[in-house]
Amino acid sequence: MPVKYGVPSDPDYTERLAEFEARIKRGEKIEPGDWMPEEYRRQLIRMISQHAHSEVVGMLPEGAWITRAPTLKRKMILVAKVQDEAGHGQYLYHAAETLGVSREAMLDALLSGKAKYSSIFNYPTLTWADIGTIGWLVDGAAIKNQTMLAACSYGPYSRAMVRICAEETFHHKQGKEMVLLYAKGTPKQRQMAQDAINRWWWPALMMMGPHDKDSPNTEVLVRWGIKTKTNDQVRQEFINEHAPEILEAGLTLPDPDLRYDEQTGNWLHGPINWDEFWQVVGGNGPMNKERLEARRRAHAEGAWVREALEAYAAKQQKTAVAV
Amino acid sequence: MRPEVREALIAKLTALADDEVILAHRNSEWTGHGPILEEDIALANIVQDELGHATLWYGLRQALDGSDPDRLAFFRDAYEYRNCELVELPKGDWAFTMLRQFLFDLYETLWLEAAQHSTYQPLAEAVQKIMREERFHLQHTYAWVERLGLGTEESNRRLQQALDMQWGYAQQLFVPIPGEELLVAEGIVPDLAPIKARWLELATRHLQNSGLKLPINPGYQPTSRAGHTEHLWSILAEMQSTARWDAEAKVW
Repeated sequence: MPVKYGVPSDPDYTERLAEFEARIKRGEKIEPGDWMPEEYRRQLIRMISQHAHSEVVGMLPEGAWITRAPTLKRKMILVAKVQDEAGHGQYLYHAAETLGVSREAMLDALLSGKAKYSSIFNYPTLTWADIGTIGWLVDGAAIKNQTMLAACSYGPYSRAMVRICAEETFHHKQGKEMVLLYAKGTPKQRQMAQDAINRWWWPALMMMGPHDKDSPNTEVLVRWGIKTKTNDQVRQEFINEHAPEILEAGLTLPDPDLRYDEQTGNWLHGPINWDEFWQVVGGNGPMNKERLEARRRAHAEGAWVREALEAYAAKQQKTAVAV
Repeated sequence: MRPEVREALIAKLTALADDEVILAHRNSEWTGHGPILEEDIALANIVQDELGHATLWYGLRQALDGSDPDRLAFFRDAYEYRNCELVELPKGDWAFTMLRQFLFDLYETLWLEAAQHSTYQPLAEAVQKIMREERFHLQHTYAWVERLGLGTEESNRRLQQALDMQWGYAQQLFVPIPGEELLVAEGIVPDLAPIKARWLELATRHLQNSGLKLPINPGYQPTSRAGHTEHLWSILAEMQSTARWDAEAKVW
């Protein structure tokens, strides 16, 4: 099936683009093999592969605590959670593959540092309470974004999101339950929970990306139904849900300007440190080098395993032919 | 149940659970670092099952002496653990981990098959729950041994190295704990001797078919579960670090 990706120099581009945009407007899903602008495809590959990489790199900060989980049940829940992330990475790589890009090419882009992943995973997990806090805030922020993406115009991405959101919702609940438990636990547990909230709150707000006025991709992404809300809208939804719940748990938030605005019904936040955000995006976060190094090491150390699998499969095929 | 039988059963259940906890710990060190994403997922499944088995075995012990499974896992010291030494060995490379898992899964599957008819009903029931999962583990690691053994020269060499290291340690799986003969006499747990014979036969056949040689000198063969490798202290220091961090904490 010849896949059609239109570029503005095509003679029929304007006509087909109009038809494409009309389909999106009618709420139809774009499916693999349908005509689409090359730029739509490029944006989707960028987003879906970043998203897949985020799941895979995101296994590292939490995975590191599996061996230190404080009960058998928590350990089991955490293994299952990190395993879900691997599964999400897998569906997302498949979704991106429908746009004609291979998993190998995407992995190469990650390992060479060319592709991005969510900057949140470039922060360290310092205590066990980080595991609950990541579930509550980081997965909470991810769900806001993903719920929006579940409505996106590209069929395979939209369907992957529906499935992923269901599991993320579960992680979010588990994380919240943990933090709330520690918030009313012993003084040390409470302190640990507060410390984790202090460290993860701002990076969680940064997860939705720059303010709309500084987000160059947003306009076209909204027009093509890839994004159905802007970064600031999603961020506001996140704060409105999480800020009151955290305060109600007797914890504080590290934002002296945070206040409830009666008129709009929104929780308004103080200035976000975008310099920190761009530093981390640019590779200078606390864990950027370590995370990428861990992925590279796993890939390099797995090379002989993958070679053995191929060699074995080739021998099996030969035997099958000979028989 | 006579007190000496009960005591032996408690010890046996502890040994079964401890094996699973420590093996799960080693396997979980791979999470996020596997050679292929799909294998990360598969090994994470095995880890969850092992933790589930440990919970079942500790649970059976709890029914006998009221001990809390999390207290057993997170508040006992190295000299109180009763796992075999094989499961403590560092995870090594993928060949090391897959071979250990194969040797262990084969033992566990055969043990479970024999333990199905335990005269101790709670144990027979637990065996039913575990057996299906364990067959899946064995299928998985059986296939890995074959692929690595017959894959490339390098994968064969790595697997052979793992076998040379582990073969002696694996024999400990068949050393009865003190008092186990009482349990065997009552039909509570199966006799390890015929299981070992069957294990040797099946393991040898599969390893040889996968292009491996059994070591002529099997090396060190641990005999007592009171003994451990140098690694256990560090494993427990890490594993118990959160649970023991706050002496006042009642719930986690």
